[in-house]
Amino acid sequence: MARYVSFRDFDWLLLGFVLIICGLGVMEIQSATVHTKFAGSHIKQIYWVLGGVGAMFLVSLVNYQALLDRIHWFYIAGVASLMAVIIFGQKYLGARRWIKMPGGNHFQPSEWVKLILILAVAKYFADLQQRELSWPDFLKAGAIVGLPMLLVLAQPDLGTALTYLPIAIMGVFLGGLQLRQALAVGLLAAVAVGAVFFTPRVHVLKTYQKQRLTSFLEPDADPQGSGYQVTQSLIAVGSGGLWGGKGSQTHGAFLPVPQTDFIFAAFAEEHGFVGALGVLLLYFIVLMRLTQNAQTAPDRAGTFVVMGVVAVLSFHILVNVGMVVGFMPVTGIPLPLMSYGGSSVLFMFMALGIVMNVRMRRFVN
Amino acid sequence: MFGRDEKVSALRLTAAQYIILGIFLVLAYGLWRLQVMQSEYYSLAAEKNRIRNVPILAPRGKIVDREGRVIVDNYPSFSALLLRDSSRDLNADADLIGAGLHMDPKEVRERLRHFSALPQYQPIFLKDDITPDELSFIEAHRNELPELDTIVAHRRLYPRNGFMAHLIGYVGDVTEDMLNHPQFELYNPGDVVGISGAERQYNNMLMGQNGSRRALVNSHGREVGQLDTKDAVAGKQLKLTVDIDLQIAAEQALEGKNGAIVAMDPRTGEILAMASRPTFDPNDFAVRVSRDEWNKLVNDPDKPLLNKAIQAQLAPGSTFKIIMSVAGWQEGIAQALHVNCTGGGEFYGRRFGCWVKSGHGPVDLPKAIYQSCDVFFYTLAEKLGIDRIARYATALGLGQKTGIDLPNEVSGVMPSEEWKIRNFKQKWFAGETISVGIGQGAVAITPVQLMRAIAAISMGGRMVVPHVVDPTGLPQGYVEVNHYTDVKNVPIAADGWNLITDAMGRVVLPEGTAPSAHIPGIDIAGKTGSAQVVSLATRAKHAHDETLNQNGWFVGFTPRRNPDIIVVVLFEGGEHGRLAARLATQVIKAYVDKQRRTPTKMVEKPKVGGKVEIGGVWTAPDTDGDREVLDDGRFLVSLPRKPLPIATVAPGLH
Repeated sequence: MARYVSFRDFDWLLLGFVLIICGLGVMEIQSATVHTKFAGSHIKQIYWVLGGVGAMFLVSLVNYQALLDRIHWFYIAGVASLMAVIIFGQKYLGARRWIKMPGGNHFQPSEWVKLILILAVAKYFADLQQRELSWPDFLKAGAIVGLPMLLVLAQPDLGTALTYLPIAIMGVFLGGLQLRQALAVGLLAAVAVGAVFFTPRVHVLKTYQKQRLTSFLEPDADPQGSGYQVTQSLIAVGSGGLWGGKGSQTHGAFLPVPQTDFIFAAFAEEHGFVGALGVLLLYFIVLMRLTQNAQTAPDRAGTFVVMGVVAVLSFHILVNVGMVVGFMPVTGIPLPLMSYGGSSVLFMFMALGIVMNVRMRRFVN
Repeated sequence: MFGRDEKVSALRLTAAQYIILGIFLVLAYGLWRLQVMQSEYYSLAAEKNRIRNVPILAPRGKIVDREGRVIVDNYPSFSALLLRDSSRDLNADADLIGAGLHMDPKEVRERLRHFSALPQYQPIFLKDDITPDELSFIEAHRNELPELDTIVAHRRLYPRNGFMAHLIGYVGDVTEDMLNHPQFELYNPGDVVGISGAERQYNNMLMGQNGSRRALVNSHGREVGQLDTKDAVAGKQLKLTVDIDLQIAAEQALEGKNGAIVAMDPRTGEILAMASRPTFDPNDFAVRVSRDEWNKLVNDPDKPLLNKAIQAQLAPGSTFKIIMSVAGWQEGIAQALHVNCTGGGEFYGRRFGCWVKSGHGPVDLPKAIYQSCDVFFYTLAEKLGIDRIARYATALGLGQKTGIDLPNEVSGVMPSEEWKIRNFKQKWFAGETISVGIGQGAVAITPVQLMRAIAAISMGGRMVVPHVVDPTGLPQGYVEVNHYTDVKNVPIAADGWNLITDAMGRVVLPEGTAPSAHIPGIDIAGKTGSAQVVSLATRAKHAHDETLNQNGWFVGFTPRRNPDIIVVVLFEGGEHGRLAARLATQVIKAYVDKQRRTPTKMVEKPKVGGKVEIGGVWTAPDTDGDREVLDDGRFLVSLPRKPLPIATVAPGLH
């Protein structure tokens, strides 16, 4: 007998850990912006988190299976909104990423397209009936993710475009990727990246994107230019030491955007290795809890949905923290749950809402 | 084939978990590497990032005269400097900086290169005394050029129009040559140091110690806090022995002329005034002097930078006859020497003329002095011989540096047989001695040397070291202190001293060579001199070339007994010593007038029958003769049994 959906089945433990991370984020935003023109951002961030929690509950109420059944409409709407950005978007720092909404807010469609893609990929692979992935299926899955990726790249926003990639990778991996497919695609990707980056006539990457990558490889080559952010981030993290310090890098405005992309560097400077490792541990617990929810999902689609969220979250952490510690180039990808910013927070909570949705229906059917 | 509810491969889900674990381990390692392994390196980097060393410039000490009146002061001004605490390449901004500060970008780059080897915390000084629009340029470009900053510097404010310029000297940036010198090893590039004059001699005292401020800055170069401050230690005030009132008199006397005037207190060696012409304005050097201006000064044929008081080496002319007289007296020759001057004489087969063509008639030593008879001194020189002359002249400090506390003093020349052989590998010709007898020939002295020698004679042989700063007022560690108080005694017989100074007293009387320099009521003893610049034959050929005119000399002191002041005047191209004498009397008159204006310094009345200084308030000026006692350069007489009437005690009254 089917049980009613109940908030007793809500993953309160997961929400607890997520809110701890958000709390640390709010604290760090406060600390990093207190003497700047962004002072007070942490209050806004609290509103975003509260709004996110509300959105999460709302999303959790709608049956994800119903969402999946209508996912093609959402997908079309998502692609359309990305096109709208390119046509009508607000230009800011040389890129069109935002649509101005009535009421003065800015909406970044590339974030909610992420959510749609998670569902779309889940739906696609859930409907596949083979244990092993065939080439046509592989390419179709690639196309589903590839189209919005290209649109986001055209904004241009390489960082966000790249965040779509783990959704596809997780999908094909769980959907039965074969070793030879993996090798073939890996080789192709390597050649493509090489061609894009090292062929001067192919202007797929903007100059600043190339510079970011170059400065990642050689941060000291131009310490005041593109490598500046990398250098300052390394100094911030390194000077934090084991237990953290007063945070001169953060408060002296040496660290760029310490409340958004480099919030982890700011946190690591002020709370040291111990604090930073603690945050990583919290994220790890959240990811493991999510994976557990994926395993207990009522159906294939649910597993794919949750693992899509896991993929996006892991990728964000890998790229953001990797950037902060100098393992990854500067891509402008925020650290989910901690970085200041409404779009990012809302996305994470809505994604969690879908996860809750899946979890609450684990005994349904 | 499997159904819709077929579970996703558990193996792959577990694999995904391990991949995530791997990612986290890698990230944790990244943190470990930065925060634990390389923590020190990055802490240091953070430190360098945010701490800026801003120098606080110490004001240089003021220079005051003997009465504490300010001669050299400072005024605050803004200097532009570059703080190199970021690793940005500033060469790229040289054009912008140059345009904003009205500098040649090449000069900006040159400065960057010049300072490149220095530690980063040393700022680069770009421009001193910047104008308000340059200041606003810097303020407006805080974001683009965070390294460009201003600092309050203390600029030197010197008297205008070259007043006292040679004695004071001037300051400038320490040069690379100076830095290579061990004496200046404690100086840093960009330091402002004394380049000449007292500014250089007493630089260590005047300079003070720059402080610094460690400020916390943000990435825009804006200061957000203070760490600590090391206050600047201001330089110490330098008190000169110069009296501004006398200096003014000396400067005015020389106005429009070339030469030098020095006034000294013969008792102590304190320089009371020192002027040299032509002069320069040291304010031109207070702010960085342009190369053109500098070259103009250096290449000026009149050599305005030369302090003629200590750096001109010239023939003393007839003023040398006083030294001759002392030598003659001490050797027992002058006492009985009587010469009949017919306007010239034959010596060693050559005729030497007297400056009075008609001759002086019968001449003894006093007349030879106040009439400046050449023939008398030719004869005396012949009898003495060059080595005996040189011995006395050398004992009186001629041909040697006086040791005055000013840089770059020259020694001059006092010839002797040995000197000739050493320098020219030639035997001394006896005929040369005759010229030396009247202060011509190879004799070359500086005004200060001559003044010191005559001062010694006026003090009965007590020879002091001239100095412009009271050595007792100097802080410990100035080696010169002992040196300045070092007094030498040249033995001069009292009767000889009496006769010679009395004869010098008649120089400014109607029978002397400079009667026009006489000032009623002031008892001046002195000696004129006119020194040839070239031989008489050359002179005749270029009769209208004023640069070949004879140099006028005068050295005189007052009062005749126990003088308070001695003045030497070099009047280049002055033609005759009496013109120089008139300049000297201007200074002497200023001194006496000032003494008379000041409330009488009450001398403690000695017991009746005690000893007082001749020329002091307790004796009539004419008191002289046998009762005098020489005591440490002062001539004392026993007071008469009965006190003198007050009316006779005014000093120096004739």
